[in-house]
Amino acid sequence: MNLLIDEILKKSEAAPVQKYTSKDFQSDQDVRWCPGCGDYSILAQVQRVIPDLNIPRHKLVFISGIGCSSRFPYYMDTYGFHGIHGRAAAIASGLKIARPDLSVWVATGDGDGLSIGGNHLIHTCRRNIDIKILLFNNQIYGLTKGQYSPTSEFGKVTKSSPYGSVDHPFNPLLVSLGAEASFVARSLDRDPKHLQSVIRRAAEHKGTAFVEIYQNCNVFNDGAFFQFTEKETKEENVLYLEHGKPMVFGKDRDKGIKLEGFTPTVVKLGDGKHSLEDLIVHNEKDTMLSFILARMSNIETLPRPVGVVYAVQRPSYEMEMGRQIQEALQKQGEGDLEKLLNHGETWTIK
Amino acid sequence: MTKTLKDLEEVTIRFAGDSGDGMQLTGMQFTSTTALLGNDLSTLPDYPAEIRAPAGTLFGVSGFQIHFGSTEINTPGDSCDVLVAMNPAALKVNLRSLRDGGIIIANRDGFSAKNLKLAGYETNPIEDESLSKYQLHSVDITKLTHNALQELGLSTKIVERSKNFFALGMMYWMFTRPMEPTIKWIHEKFKKTPELVEANIRVLKAGYAFGETTEIFGARYSVKPATLSAGKYRSLTGNEAIAWGLIAASVKSGLELFLGSYPITPASDILHELSKHKNFRVKTFQAEDEIAGITSAIGASYGGAIGVTTTSGPGLALKTEAMGLAVMLELPLVICDVQRGGPSTGLPTKTEQADLLQAVHGRNSEAPIPVIAASTPADCFTAAFEAVRIAVKYMTPVILLSDGYLGNGAEPWQIPDAASLPDISPKFRTDPQGFQPYMRDEKTLSRPWALPGTPGLEHRIGGLEKEHITGNVSYDPENHEFMVKMRQAKVDRIAEDIPPASVYGEKEGELLVIGWGGTFGAIRTAVETKRSQGKSVSHLHLRYLNPFQKNVGSILTSFKKILVPELNLGQLSQLLRAKYLIDAHHYGKVQGLPFRAIEIESKIDELLT
Repeated sequence: MNLLIDEILKKSEAAPVQKYTSKDFQSDQDVRWCPGCGDYSILAQVQRVIPDLNIPRHKLVFISGIGCSSRFPYYMDTYGFHGIHGRAAAIASGLKIARPDLSVWVATGDGDGLSIGGNHLIHTCRRNIDIKILLFNNQIYGLTKGQYSPTSEFGKVTKSSPYGSVDHPFNPLLVSLGAEASFVARSLDRDPKHLQSVIRRAAEHKGTAFVEIYQNCNVFNDGAFFQFTEKETKEENVLYLEHGKPMVFGKDRDKGIKLEGFTPTVVKLGDGKHSLEDLIVHNEKDTMLSFILARMSNIETLPRPVGVVYAVQRPSYEMEMGRQIQEALQKQGEGDLEKLLNHGETWTIK
Repeated sequence: MTKTLKDLEEVTIRFAGDSGDGMQLTGMQFTSTTALLGNDLSTLPDYPAEIRAPAGTLFGVSGFQIHFGSTEINTPGDSCDVLVAMNPAALKVNLRSLRDGGIIIANRDGFSAKNLKLAGYETNPIEDESLSKYQLHSVDITKLTHNALQELGLSTKIVERSKNFFALGMMYWMFTRPMEPTIKWIHEKFKKTPELVEANIRVLKAGYAFGETTEIFGARYSVKPATLSAGKYRSLTGNEAIAWGLIAASVKSGLELFLGSYPITPASDILHELSKHKNFRVKTFQAEDEIAGITSAIGASYGGAIGVTTTSGPGLALKTEAMGLAVMLELPLVICDVQRGGPSTGLPTKTEQADLLQAVHGRNSEAPIPVIAASTPADCFTAAFEAVRIAVKYMTPVILLSDGYLGNGAEPWQIPDAASLPDISPKFRTDPQGFQPYMRDEKTLSRPWALPGTPGLEHRIGGLEKEHITGNVSYDPENHEFMVKMRQAKVDRIAEDIPPASVYGEKEGELLVIGWGGTFGAIRTAVETKRSQGKSVSHLHLRYLNPFQKNVGSILTSFKKILVPELNLGQLSQLLRAKYLIDAHHYGKVQGLPFRAIEIESKIDELLT
């Protein structure tokens, strides 16, 4: 079968490889987020990491839904698709299945991805379609001007919850792990280096990569994550996960996480009772551990884990579909329309 | 005893039983054999929404009607000549479709006290005189099936499951059909369980032999082959035809076919059929919901495939917002709506044509989408092919309307020569020189199809209003109005690119019957009947519902009266009245059933007196 797409694929492959800088990924559109918004940093870190990935600019596609975060594609000088509310993951799924040659990214938010688009998000994760999902979590609805979101804390007073929200929030890491994502990570808008490293890891992952990014909305929910991002407090409140390393944290790296049964607890190192050997060693491939780490976010007395929580390899959806098609082609040969129309029971009238 | 052999021009048979009795399979076998004999035919499966409704109940009755003949057959038959009833419930539900003097073949063993009670009969209708205006034949089908399989030592369950083949055997005898095609089919179908092959063939032959030897049947019948135009034929359901039409369009256009779909009755068979054809590189994505079905298809179209989504009315409602997105993005997309009874969940397994206004208007704001409709099961092939042609040429979503009756119904189809199908020639933009995402082709007004992966064409699209030419987000008031009108003009322009509507019968006269979709057969039959009686009546059947063909207006004004039969409360008539300011007489039926030709004939008579 002569496929029209082959011409595009050929051109796509033949284009000379360029060395890009972050500037090459800045589009000519004025960025219209509020001054001081955490989205600026996320955009900057993506633009910084992408040139290192050796993906030609014309093969990159950013897809979004609706919300502040979903303006993202307009500001990337790549292919971009600003969809409708909640549907970015489904649009991206269709694109990636049709075009496995492309590098497909989704920019979404806590409302877009976990409320109106929750269904698409979870099903994309379980199918393991090779797309990168960056979920900007600011725990508020920004574009609609300040209602509580599915990640807002219980009791939060907002425009739509003047007496405090009675909604229990989602934990995005648990949602994605529960949905069988093969790559789950968390990072922060105000930690550029860390965010870059997580984006890089997500890009390198083959399969659905889910990244929750704590993002400050300085207009409607200012400071929601400051305890994890500000110099004075972050060392005491954040646990930076590193594969194969014991879980140590604290300004003086004097605290660690130990498992008591299934419950993580904070222990003091060098108190004569605990040493590095007592601590959990992070293992990205450990499914059970990933749930424990994700659950830590719900416990106030524990530091907040950031970094790659979980990363395992399993076949991606579009690869499996491609395999079935190749097998069918080998077994039955290229589809023949004449044969299709004439197969089975037919009769001739003279 | 010798039995007379009578020649019939046409016959309608209805097989009816419990939903577990295998009536659909029996009907389909009778259909394929009849098709092989060269009769023209039309079928109507009629089954309950429940997979296995409680045995013996009225709502668990499953029926299959086939109308075949040596003349042109356009409908599954207004009433049946023969009713095969496997139990009292099947008799009760279907008796009203049997003509006076028609034949009933009842499975006497199925008329147990329990089943009679379930069907609400106080006395046994096959024993009292209540059926005296019919030719009633009570046959011990269950018992005779047991006898036929006595030596095989099979379980009662297996034995009773094959009793439908006894009924089929009897019908083959009665209508002089060969058993060989079904025997061949049984070998294929049950090849993994040889004891079922043996059992079903024995029972089939026993049924045939029973017809031969019993004294209760006085006559058997032959139906000569129809004078269909010369060529190679096959039987095809509407849902299969849509699937194949889409594949054909994929082959002819060189575009990959992507289906994003969520299972829904009565459209799921399109998904099933397309998922088989991986060697045509068809990608079927069973989405998590209707919205993901359409949005994934939009994503695939963005990537250069023919994105298709298939659904029925409730699903179409869920896809509404995404259809608007496709209008804004100006990407090709085909949305197939196999209509069913509604509103809401309505009558999932029954037919209706009440989604027309939803298809034409059912979106927020001004979101014009071309709408086309298939008129017969086999016509679904051509309609699907045409939907793709328009979608690709005009860079627009297209809604293809079918219905449950077309989707499940089957008719002989003259197989087209694959090479002679028209080419579809889409173009992908590759030249970065002068490229703008919303520049337009002068003739079609379509924008370029610029795929991700193409060096130098990086651009952004989305649901926000687009600036003319650049495609940048624009809130400019004049630009918005311009773009709203531009999208409308593009769809209107399709009228320049479709063949003119053609009238069956005189081009002017007393009465024009105008219809669309699955009512074709009933309307055509009624109009033919009335014309043979010398009435001045013509028929126009619309393929294109949006935009209408250019000559529709002048056709309408060439007749004194206009009759619009529809399986709804007057949706096409509303569109015609609004556009052409004519007095269209609506004639509606919303019972989940197709029109009977006779109903339309009476309405024609009424308007012509």
